[in-house]
Amino acid sequence: MNLRRIILKELLERKKQFLTSFIAILLGIIVIVAVKSVSNSSEKAVAIQLDNLGANILVLPQTTTIDNYYAADINAPEMPEDYVDRIASSTIPGVDNLSPKLSARINVQNHSLVLTGILPKNELASKPIWQTAGFADPGLQAACDPNNIMNRSLGYEDPKLQRQVIDSLGEYDCLVGSDVASKLSLKEGSGIKIKGTELKVAKVLPQTGTVDDGRIFVHLHTAQKILGKGRVVNAIEIMGCCAAISEGLLGNLRNILPDTKITTINHIVQTQVETNKTMEKFSVIFLIIIILVGGISIGNYMWSNVEERKREIGSLLAIGASPRDVYFIFIGKALILGLIGGIAGYLLGTLAGMILGPQIAGVKVLPIPLLFVWAVVIAVGISVIASYLPARRAAKLDPALILQEI
Amino acid sequence: MIKTENLSKTYNSKGNSVLALNEISLSIEEGEFISIVGPSGSGKTTLLLCMGGLIHPSQGKVTIEGVSIYDLDVKKRAIFRLRNLGFVFQTFNLIPYLTAQENVEIPLSLAGTSDGTQSEKATELLQRLGLADRLNHKPRELSIGEQQRVAIARALANSPKIILADEPTGNLDPDTTNETVGYLRSLNQAGITVVMVTHNPGVAEYAQRTLRLVDGRLTE
Repeated sequence: MNLRRIILKELLERKKQFLTSFIAILLGIIVIVAVKSVSNSSEKAVAIQLDNLGANILVLPQTTTIDNYYAADINAPEMPEDYVDRIASSTIPGVDNLSPKLSARINVQNHSLVLTGILPKNELASKPIWQTAGFADPGLQAACDPNNIMNRSLGYEDPKLQRQVIDSLGEYDCLVGSDVASKLSLKEGSGIKIKGTELKVAKVLPQTGTVDDGRIFVHLHTAQKILGKGRVVNAIEIMGCCAAISEGLLGNLRNILPDTKITTINHIVQTQVETNKTMEKFSVIFLIIIILVGGISIGNYMWSNVEERKREIGSLLAIGASPRDVYFIFIGKALILGLIGGIAGYLLGTLAGMILGPQIAGVKVLPIPLLFVWAVVIAVGISVIASYLPARRAAKLDPALILQEI
Repeated sequence: MIKTENLSKTYNSKGNSVLALNEISLSIEEGEFISIVGPSGSGKTTLLLCMGGLIHPSQGKVTIEGVSIYDLDVKKRAIFRLRNLGFVFQTFNLIPYLTAQENVEIPLSLAGTSDGTQSEKATELLQRLGLADRLNHKPRELSIGEQQRVAIARALANSPKIILADEPTGNLDPDTTNETVGYLRSLNQAGITVVMVTHNPGVAEYAQRTLRLVDGRLTE
């Protein structure tokens, strides 16, 4: 026999009373874990979706418009290529990839096409749809989190991989969109002359259904030469980590490039931010509810338990138990209540998230180990705090008043 | 062995104060069997609990084996009780969700006895009190007399030198009363000092000496 066994035996003896408080804390933890699991998976899903869209931030000259950029207007304003270095050399978190571009409309064999100069490594990395055609390693996809184990295992941080991508587009090589290839009857290895410069088709890009199908991609510096421009670009596409965007990446970029226009794929980011905010609000509301309902329920249960066990406490003190032992009996009981509630709440909440996640948010939900720690800490914390006063009262009970029987 | 000097206890409740013990001075020698009698509210239980270190007196001193128990802090007094005193109550005060054996094991556990020894000693005590076949029964499964015997076994668990019994026969029928008092006498014959509060003059006669309390004063 020991105090721990006394606690367990009492719990088993008075199961019904115990169950009421247990259910209160269990339900609270289930809801919190389920909401957190779904929202977390939803955030990840949106982040990956955003990554898969390629670049999600555009840095444009101050006087330009998004329409100028997509129309590749020959008179579109330009900005120094040095801006790329300015971003790259900054320590702004969340910039995953940079893709400077210089675009201009040109005429080739009576076809109006868009010539776009790119720095290939960056361009390819920010266009995952191309990577499926074998231009880049899949490790460069979903690069929102470079510390992600999966990304590392795919070689995201391997510099050799990225160099290999740069080498794939030589000074006089070009990549042609599917519409261009079909209009000019081009295939891999064909030659094409643009404004007096002979280029070789390194690859015909698969159809994307975007403006890229009508582009000819060459090295940025080759494009600058062909178009007779200096070291300028008219857009820098940035693949920004979606969490970093909501945490102020745009503001940071504006600080280092004050004379530019910085824009983002607003609706997607805003949807994600709004979803996160809603889920966050839900979590906070449920946390408050569980603290109030669970705490009051456990506190009330413990008060009644102390009242009910006064005689038992008195005899334990008379036998030789110290007030500290009595305190331990009640706090120990609260600890067990919280521990079981936290563990069971995590398991059932995760299960609920896995079942409801695909139906509510359309995302696959996987167990989040960190939530286990949170669930147990919250459940044990609420239980122990709510039981503190009843346990203290039990330890301070006057055995004489309890044991005086006549 | 037990000595009280000018022991007084006043209860204050809702602005009223009640003098439960009024300057009690007494001395109980080792191996004595003492009964304390008196009408209801005379302060018998208060005196017993004061001697047991459970009620801090308003004034005066209680010394057991030369130790002034109220000069000890709460923790040390609990340890002192654990090692030197055994309590037997009128309503037994057994823990309802523990078996007879587990109830007897509690004081052993509080004294830091190992699990194996606890079980051995509890079994031996319950066997001595004729409860060998009731080891795994909970209090509600035992008769009143059996419950009181479990309570006595629990009081004896740490081999105390003193047994303090508060109306140990108050809830018992005549046969069980005789049986319980018989156990207390045999314990006394084995050298244990017994102090028993009772309002039953017949039971009090079993003691070697009877102390009478009236309105918190010792009258004989």
